[in-house]
Amino acid sequence: MMTSQSISRQPAPKRRTHWASRAWSGLVVGLMTFFLINVGLMIASVATNSVAKRWLGTWLPNGWTLEWYSAAWQEFQLGDVLLVTVQVVLSVVVLSILIGVPAAYTLARRNFRGKKLLTGLFLLPLMIPPITYGIPLATLMYELHLAGTLPGVIIANLLPALPFVILVMTPFIEQIDPNLESAARVFGARTFTMFRHVLVPLLAPGILAASLLVLVRTIAMFELTFLTAGADTQTLVVALYYSVFAAGVRASQSIDAMAMVYMIVTLIWLLIAMRFVSPTQLVSRVKEHPQT
Amino acid sequence: MMLTSSQTAGARWRDPAMWMAAPAVIFMLAVFVYPFIHGLILSFQPLEGGGMLSNYIKFFNTDNLWMTIGVTLKLALPATLINILIAVPVAYRLRHKTPYQKIATTILVIPITLGTVLIAEGMLTYFGPKGWFAQILQTLHIYEGAIRLTHNYAGVLISLVISGFPFAFLLILSYITGIDPVLPRAAATLGANPFNQFRYVILPLILPGLAMAFCLSFVQAFSVFPSAVLLGSPAGATRVISIAAYEAAFENYDYSMASAVAMIMGAVQLGVVVIVLGARNLFYRGPVTGGKG
Repeated sequence: MMTSQSISRQPAPKRRTHWASRAWSGLVVGLMTFFLINVGLMIASVATNSVAKRWLGTWLPNGWTLEWYSAAWQEFQLGDVLLVTVQVVLSVVVLSILIGVPAAYTLARRNFRGKKLLTGLFLLPLMIPPITYGIPLATLMYELHLAGTLPGVIIANLLPALPFVILVMTPFIEQIDPNLESAARVFGARTFTMFRHVLVPLLAPGILAASLLVLVRTIAMFELTFLTAGADTQTLVVALYYSVFAAGVRASQSIDAMAMVYMIVTLIWLLIAMRFVSPTQLVSRVKEHPQT
Repeated sequence: MMLTSSQTAGARWRDPAMWMAAPAVIFMLAVFVYPFIHGLILSFQPLEGGGMLSNYIKFFNTDNLWMTIGVTLKLALPATLINILIAVPVAYRLRHKTPYQKIATTILVIPITLGTVLIAEGMLTYFGPKGWFAQILQTLHIYEGAIRLTHNYAGVLISLVISGFPFAFLLILSYITGIDPVLPRAAATLGANPFNQFRYVILPLILPGLAMAFCLSFVQAFSVFPSAVLLGSPAGATRVISIAAYEAAFENYDYSMASAVAMIMGAVQLGVVVIVLGARNLFYRGPVTGGKG
C-alpha cells in the first residue's frame, strides 16, 4: 500500500506493478490455501476416524461413537504413558532452565578465550540429527544400564533441550542493561545474589517462553526417546509410533483417538507459548519497535 | 565497571560468573562429547574382527547400506528446497505486523504440533487409496487412476513438507520482520516496486538467515526416521540412512557398525551444512567487496 502511495507520481509503472503484484500475491495466497486446506482435511480425517463406528471408503462413516477414546486409554495404558510423558517433560524443562540460564549468562556477559569453541559445542547438537548422536549415546547407556530407565530418557532428552535454552536465552540476557547489575553490585550484591534478585525477575518472561518451547519440543522429540526408552518408559509419541508401526494389531480408530489426544496436548501448550512469545521474535528481537 | 574488571587470568577463575556455565559444560562433555568419541572409537572396533576400517569398508561395499546416503539426500534436499522456496514469498507477504499476520502464523503453527507420527497416521488416512483426497480427485474428475501417495517416495516427501514448512516459515518470517522497515520504504521512495524492493533490499539482507534456515530445516529432514518407516517403503525407495543405523544397532545388535553408520551420517550432514554456510559467505561478501561494480 505504501508502494502505491510513493509511486503515485509515476502512473505507468504503477499500473503494471499493480497487476503483477496482484497476480503474484494471488498465487502465494492460493498456494498457502491449498496447503492449509489439505492439512486441515488431514487432521479432520483423523478426527473423524477417531469417532467413527466403521469407515471404509465412503465420504463419512456409518456411525459415530466415542468408545475409541476409552478403548485407546485402556489398550495403550495411556494413563501410564501420560505419567511417563509428564515426568520426562517436566524434568527436562526444569533441568534445562536451571543449567541453561546461568550458562547463557556467562555467554552473554563475559568475553573469554574459547568462547567461540563453547558456543560451537552448544550449537552442534542442534546442527546434527538426533539419530546421529542418539545412537552413540544409547550404546553407552546400554553399557551403563541406564537405557530403559527414566533418568536415562530424561538425560537423553535434556541433550537437545539445554543448547536450545542457552541459544534462546543469550539474546534475552544481552538486551538487559548491564547498569542494573552494576547498581546491584554497588549495593553489595554478589554475583549469585544479583543473579537471583535482579536478573531472574527481569528474565521471567524469557524463561517462561523458553520453558514452554522446550516443553513442546520435548513432547514431540521422537528419536532420542525411541532409542533410549524401555517398555515402561515410553513417552506418548513413541507409544504412538509403535501403535502405527504395528498397524493391524489395533483398530485404526483407537490409534487415531490417541493421535488426537497427542495433538490436543501439544496444541494447548503451543498456544500458551505463543501468548508469551511471538514466533516472529525467535531469531531477531531487535526491530520490535522500529524507531522512526 | 565490575564487568570488565576481571581481565587477568587469575581473576577470571575467581569470577563466579565464569563458573555459572560449568554445569552446562560438564553435561555437554559427559552426554554429548564423550559418547560421541566413544562411538567413534567403537566404530573402529568391528564386531567381526578385521581391520580398523572394516565397518566403513563394509558400509561402502554393501549396496543396501551406502545407497541409503543417496536415498536420504534425495529426500532431504528437495524437501528442504521446497520448504524454503515456498516459505520465502509467504513470509514476505506477511511481513507487516497485522492481525492477518497473527492469524496466519497461528494457523501455520498447528502442523508443528502434529509431530511426524501423527502426520504419518493422518496421511495414511487422508492420502490413502480410499481417503478423502482420492475421493475428491475422483469426484471432480481431476485424476481417475489409482492414487498412490503412501508407502512410497512421494508419501515421505509430502510428510517432510507438511512437518518442515511451518518451521521454515516461522524462521524466515522472523528474519524478514527483523529487517528495519525503513530500508524497503527508502527503496520505495526511490521508485522500487515490491519485487525490486525484495530483490535488492530484503534478499541480500536475509541471505545469511536463509542459509541458516536451510541448514536447520535440512537437519530435520535429514533425520527423517518415523515417516520413512511408516509412510515409505523402508526396504526400498525410502530406506534412509537412519533406518540402516537403527537396524545395525537394535536388530543386529552390532553397536560398532551402528556407530560407524552414525558417524557417516553425521559427516554427510555436516558436509552439506558446511557447503551451504560456505556459499553464504560467498554471497554475503559479494555486495560488500563488489561495491558499485
